Amino acid sequence: MREERSDMSEDDDGGGEEKDSWAPGLGVAGKSRGAPDPLPPPLCDQVLENVIENVLQFLSSRRDRNAASLVCRSWYRAEAQTRRELFIGNCYAVSPRRAIDRFRCVRSLVLKGKPRFADFGLVPVGWGAHFSPWASAMAAGYPWLEKICLKRMSVTDDDLSLLALSFPFFKGLTLICCDGFSTAGLAVFAEKCRHLRLLDLIEDYFEEEEYEVVDWISKFPQTTTSLETLGFDCLLSAVNFEALEALIARSPALRQLRVNHHVTVDQLRRLMVLAPQLTHLGTGSFRSPEEGEGMEHEAHLVSAFAASRSLVSLSGFREVAPQFLPAIYPVCSNITFLNFSFAEITAEELKPVIRHCHNLQNFWVLDTVRDEGLQAVAATCKDLRELRVFPLDATEDSEGFVSDVGLTAISDGCRKLQSILYFCQRMTNKAVLTMSKNCQELVVFRLCIMGRHLPDHHTGEPMDEGFGAIVMNCKKLTRLAVSGLLTDKAFGYIGKYGKSIRTLSVAFAGNSDMGLRYVLEGCPKLQKLEIRDSPFGDAALLSGIHHYYNMRFLWMSSCKLSHRGCEDVARRLPHLVVEVIRDRPEADDEAVEKLYMYRSLVGRRNDAPPFVKIL
Amino acid sequence: MEGAGESLRDTELRLGLPGTDAPEKPALTVTRGGKRALPEDNEEAYAKSSKSSSAEEQGEGDLCGQEPPAAKAQVVGWPPIRSYRKNSLHARKVEGEAAGLYVKVSMDGAPYLRKIDLKVYKGYKELREALDDMFKCFSLGEFPRKEGCSGSEYAITYEDKDGDLMLVGDVPWEMFISSCRRLRIMKGSEARGLGSRH
Repeated sequence: MREERSDMSEDDDGGGEEKDSWAPGLGVAGKSRGAPDPLPPPLCDQVLENVIENVLQFLSSRRDRNAASLVCRSWYRAEAQTRRELFIGNCYAVSPRRAIDRFRCVRSLVLKGKPRFADFGLVPVGWGAHFSPWASAMAAGYPWLEKICLKRMSVTDDDLSLLALSFPFFKGLTLICCDGFSTAGLAVFAEKCRHLRLLDLIEDYFEEEEYEVVDWISKFPQTTTSLETLGFDCLLSAVNFEALEALIARSPALRQLRVNHHVTVDQLRRLMVLAPQLTHLGTGSFRSPEEGEGMEHEAHLVSAFAASRSLVSLSGFREVAPQFLPAIYPVCSNITFLNFSFAEITAEELKPVIRHCHNLQNFWVLDTVRDEGLQAVAATCKDLRELRVFPLDATEDSEGFVSDVGLTAISDGCRKLQSILYFCQRMTNKAVLTMSKNCQELVVFRLCIMGRHLPDHHTGEPMDEGFGAIVMNCKKLTRLAVSGLLTDKAFGYIGKYGKSIRTLSVAFAGNSDMGLRYVLEGCPKLQKLEIRDSPFGDAALLSGIHHYYNMRFLWMSSCKLSHRGCEDVARRLPHLVVEVIRDRPEADDEAVEKLYMYRSLVGRRNDAPPFVKIL
Repeated sequence: MEGAGESLRDTELRLGLPGTDAPEKPALTVTRGGKRALPEDNEEAYAKSSKSSSAEEQGEGDLCGQEPPAAKAQVVGWPPIRSYRKNSLHARKVEGEAAGLYVKVSMDGAPYLRKIDLKVYKGYKELREALDDMFKCFSLGEFPRKEGCSGSEYAITYEDKDGDLMLVGDVPWEMFISSCRRLRIMKGSEARGLGSRH
């Protein structure tokens, strides 16, 4: 699960399967356009191709495969025949038909849809990323498909039904930040997919009314199942607990179980007793509705955890009652992933737990633990690779419980840190600089100072120097998100030193077009750029013309773009789809409120809603 | 760079008329965040109204401590937190507030009542200290430092959701705050009958 999670994150990207068609020397009319050879190759070539196929099937990394496919036609064909996992970073960059025509033997599909800013409400409902055309194309083209992973796609109940009925060997479905389906769809899926091993629902949106909820858990096959992973912690409605218990009891292969907040701590204990072999556990609410009888429950809970010797990952704790936390002590020294990001606990409540977590590598937490809590983490978790600190109160004016103090402590204690996401209100350049020096392994640095345009709270200066230090000192950095008061100078640093940056997120920053120009001209590896509320205009947009075909997408909202500038880009780059998204129909015609542009092999999409204008 | 913050704010492009500070309202198109339980601006207004009413009744030196300054207009999608996460934490907050965590506090002999937010306190000790602070202006003597009313002048009692008068301190804190409807500080002599452990 952890592996899959990180694979789906925006920063791990090989450039996508479309990349080979943009390689220098090929131009856009390169061989990968999909036109088949008119004549079959002569016999000895065929033998060679078979040999290469046998070799290439050992290549798993999609970047390696993309490179191999560029060598010559023969290798291109061989690679296409042997690619088992197909990764499509933008569902509109290629059509299902083209994908199926080229890659004939795909067993596993990863498909991403909406731009990331859709998560924050910036993309109107109905924008697109419908899974249906893909579902029907694959039902015809890939009858032996086994796994599908979708992120930010709209998936309907009919799609789920089609999946279950079309793929007799189907093993695994992962839906991340998807919408459009309901428990009715899950019920059909559970019932018809007889050999299902994995069903993982991660942060999906459900919009059913209570009376519409279906008991889908009861629909799994009544015989012993092959289930290895079952995750539904984002489900809003309660599941039939007796049915769940019975399902767990007849699923001996189960390794990962993530239940939702309706499951009480006592119910959790019962499930754990049935599945002591679990490696990943999402603990649900972690509280008991009957407050008074806590003591009894606690004792039994401890023994349930003590019996779960294989646990390496814990999450849930949705409404954690602190008196139950000590129950997890037996497993703390084994766990590598701990997600407390929905647990409103204090530093005092965290300390006794974290003290045992010597092997922790990934830690997600709420800022309620304050700097003091982070100091405790830094003192124990020497192997920490990833830290995410979320705000309890996600508003601009919130107090913000962590600060530069916590960040500094983490950087001092956790030298192996590779990825950080940190929400705060008070930050200093000094702390960011310290982190840049202490944590040389940083690949992902995402700092969100929640108040807009907030400067260094000690010196009152912009945060330019801090972020500058990050790009200068962290040579492995591929993903960066900036915030706070920032001038063009910060972007100058990014352009000058951020040579490995692939993903950049910008909000409320910069002074002028120069800011964006520095980045577009200076960062050769840039693939994903998302900008909001920054004063960058047409001239800056045009300065990236040389690079846009190498990028997956550019998002710019509430900047200073006009129709003329966007049309200019659209005209000069025919293989770029330039979408202007308009929230209000009566809005000013010339100013562009939201721009989303991406390269595509298939031109403008035919499912754009009325509020999207494709230039 | 002084003043840069101000001028930058002026150059921000927002979906509102210039000069208005009104929170963003989705018009004909609806975004995912807006379609959920409460859209961004209503959430904001709700929080503001519940906090400002308690501010009036508490007067100066409020116990809430973290009374936020008049919040400026919230911008859509900022800070960048997925609505999934916002909804999960918000739902809990709303439930908590609906369960009556703002409770009235009356004191025998005092001319007016106060109102406090029980969620703000971590336990009984903090609550007693806060009440002591709040009512010492009535010069009514020390508050009991431990549970029960062994001999001291006043006892803190509460009315639970069944309408019964209970002595504060008997049950675990979590249980107390979920069942307490109002607090009453009464003279020790009257409270004697309530003690369950003496």
